[in-house]
Amino acid sequence: MEFLRFATAGSVDDGKSTLIGRLLYDTKSIFQDQMESIEATSVQMGNDYTNLALLTDGLRAEREQGITIDVAYRYFATPKRKFIIADTPGHTQYTRNMVTGASTADVALVLVDARHGVVEQSRRHAFLASLLRIPHLVVCVNKMDLIDYDEKAFTAVKEEFRSFAMKLDVPDLTFIPVSALHGDNVVERSINMPWYEGSSLLHHLEEVHIASDRNHIDARFPVQYVIRPQSDEHHDYRGYAGTVAGGVFKPGDEVMVLPSGFTSTVSSIDSFDGPVSEAFGPMAVTMRLADDIDVSRGDMICRPNNQPTSSQDLQAMVCWMSETFSLAPRMKLALKHTTRSSRVMVADLQYRIDVNTLHREENPESLTLNEIGRVSLRSTQPLFFDEYRRNRNTGAFILVDETTNATVAAGIIVGSGT
Amino acid sequence: MSITTYELNHLDHLEAEAIHIFREVAAEFEHPCLMFSGGKDSIVMLHLAAKAFWPARLPFPVMHVDTGHNFPEVLAFRDQRVQELEARLVIASVQKSIDEGRVVEETGPRASRNRLQTTTLLDAIEEHRFDALFGGARRDEEKARAKERVYSFRDDFGQWDPKNQRPELWSLYNGRIRQGEHIRVFPISNWTELDIWQYIARENVEIPHVYFAHERPVFSRDGMWLADSEFVTRTEEEVVVTRKVRYRTVGDMSCTGAVESEAETLEQIIEEVSATRITERGATRADDRVSEAAMEDRKKEGYF
Repeated sequence: MEFLRFATAGSVDDGKSTLIGRLLYDTKSIFQDQMESIEATSVQMGNDYTNLALLTDGLRAEREQGITIDVAYRYFATPKRKFIIADTPGHTQYTRNMVTGASTADVALVLVDARHGVVEQSRRHAFLASLLRIPHLVVCVNKMDLIDYDEKAFTAVKEEFRSFAMKLDVPDLTFIPVSALHGDNVVERSINMPWYEGSSLLHHLEEVHIASDRNHIDARFPVQYVIRPQSDEHHDYRGYAGTVAGGVFKPGDEVMVLPSGFTSTVSSIDSFDGPVSEAFGPMAVTMRLADDIDVSRGDMICRPNNQPTSSQDLQAMVCWMSETFSLAPRMKLALKHTTRSSRVMVADLQYRIDVNTLHREENPESLTLNEIGRVSLRSTQPLFFDEYRRNRNTGAFILVDETTNATVAAGIIVGSGT
Repeated sequence: MSITTYELNHLDHLEAEAIHIFREVAAEFEHPCLMFSGGKDSIVMLHLAAKAFWPARLPFPVMHVDTGHNFPEVLAFRDQRVQELEARLVIASVQKSIDEGRVVEETGPRASRNRLQTTTLLDAIEEHRFDALFGGARRDEEKARAKERVYSFRDDFGQWDPKNQRPELWSLYNGRIRQGEHIRVFPISNWTELDIWQYIARENVEIPHVYFAHERPVFSRDGMWLADSEFVTRTEEEVVVTRKVRYRTVGDMSCTGAVESEAETLEQIIEEVSATRITERGATRADDRVSEAAMEDRKKEGYF
């Protein structure tokens, strides 16, 4: 069975919780004791209906305040696929949570209220999904029941969204008219909208093709850990453990190790279960090389004729996540990229982007919490990367404050040079 | 021409993610340690760790926080696995914490050593200077856990602050800590109970017999079957009967309930788990029934 991760963003009023609740309920993924517990809590809180948001709002503070603070992960399965939902709050002040939830998603679900059409929030969610390169964007036009399941209204929302999405980089865009409350087109196709010829949301999630979303072209293997048993049985064993970050590796492949530039041949790819004939992402394997060359954690194994960019200067989009201080030029931070850690200096802050209008503000003084901007970074040592749009594994990094050790930014590489 | 699809099934996917996390911690921390309870999740954890470092031995010790109220067969199983893997076992004893006056034993019919474990655990972390502790918690188990990071930061009092968690992006884990602080690491965060059983079946992982249906003297409390043992004080109304039961979770005997079951094989367990309408903690854990946020409160204090 295949695995699909999808991210949702939204607030209570747009029906996101109802939609997720519906998916979980109709796929029998809500357990009796969970249901009883949220029913009791709903009554206690004075709600007229069973508040399905309580399923995901697990923290005391969230229940007390009736809001989603953090990313919640929910799990459900159908006979076809296993699903992980990263459920995130939708308001501007939670942009960092949305970015976190979106970073690993295969599919992004954006909700639009059919009565209100494309609003600021829908634009922001679509922009973040495209920035994070979520390959598939599904727009659920919700509350169709409140507009008499009107096809024209749905088409209008669709056109409006599409014209906005043209400015973004969205590889796959799907529109589904739904009523989360009544279940129209959520699990089963709706009888109220015979004019709609597409799939229900669940059917779409089960069928959307994700296997080709990973990069299987550019062979990338960041060395994570060197395995040296130092036992009598495996006296001379030296294996390079890691997770394939791109492309395919096979025994016999000619490879190059960065930064040294030495070349060798893959002598075997090992796993606990026996030799592996082909390793591809996201397999975690151990690679052995024919030659005795110096390889350590943070090195990158690639192909001599297909290397990542090797540079100390990178161009990136960053989403700033610190509440306590802002990003400004000349600032020094710790960076983690693949298995490599480095220190960087912010050489330049080119522009800040308004996540609601996509408007660029040139040369701002700083980026504060939840703001996204374009920066040039100078690293103390070379990094081996690809553009994020080509490879999410080798194009992403995080920035960490060296004093508090807090993760303060998510970074997406858009190029090299200054 | 053959067409390779380069797809992994869900168990391979979950396994690869866990192995990646084990290796990342081993590479970045000085004194990691794997917490092992003898329960199915920690047995799977041990299996994954063995896979991550093969053909080398585990590059960290295994620690059991022993409440002194364990199922004897689970302890025997623990010792056997540790020996097979040639791993180093550290036992942190709640009894010792009681004897040394670090904690006070609860009294009465509902007395449990569950909460006392936190002190024992934090003392052991300090004594052995552990900076990263692997735990087998899963996000589908409990609503507070659904919000917890894979790398869960603990301050120098061992406390978890749910409102101030580090954002966790892609598979780029931030393992930077100061002296005295540590990270709890949950490599199987994204697994469900069913995934665990399917994986145990696929990998032929051995598990203690208490997980399979067996006849046992039990008594009913709060709608759960508790094992009749020297560690639990029964009230007069709590009559011992023999039932065919199995455990869905294995922890301290005083607060882990059994469920009535006929499942004697892994296939039957998988069938039962697929059809169940009650979560495993809801069915079997008295420790989570204290309040709506019992788990969150314990975790803030430094619990697993």
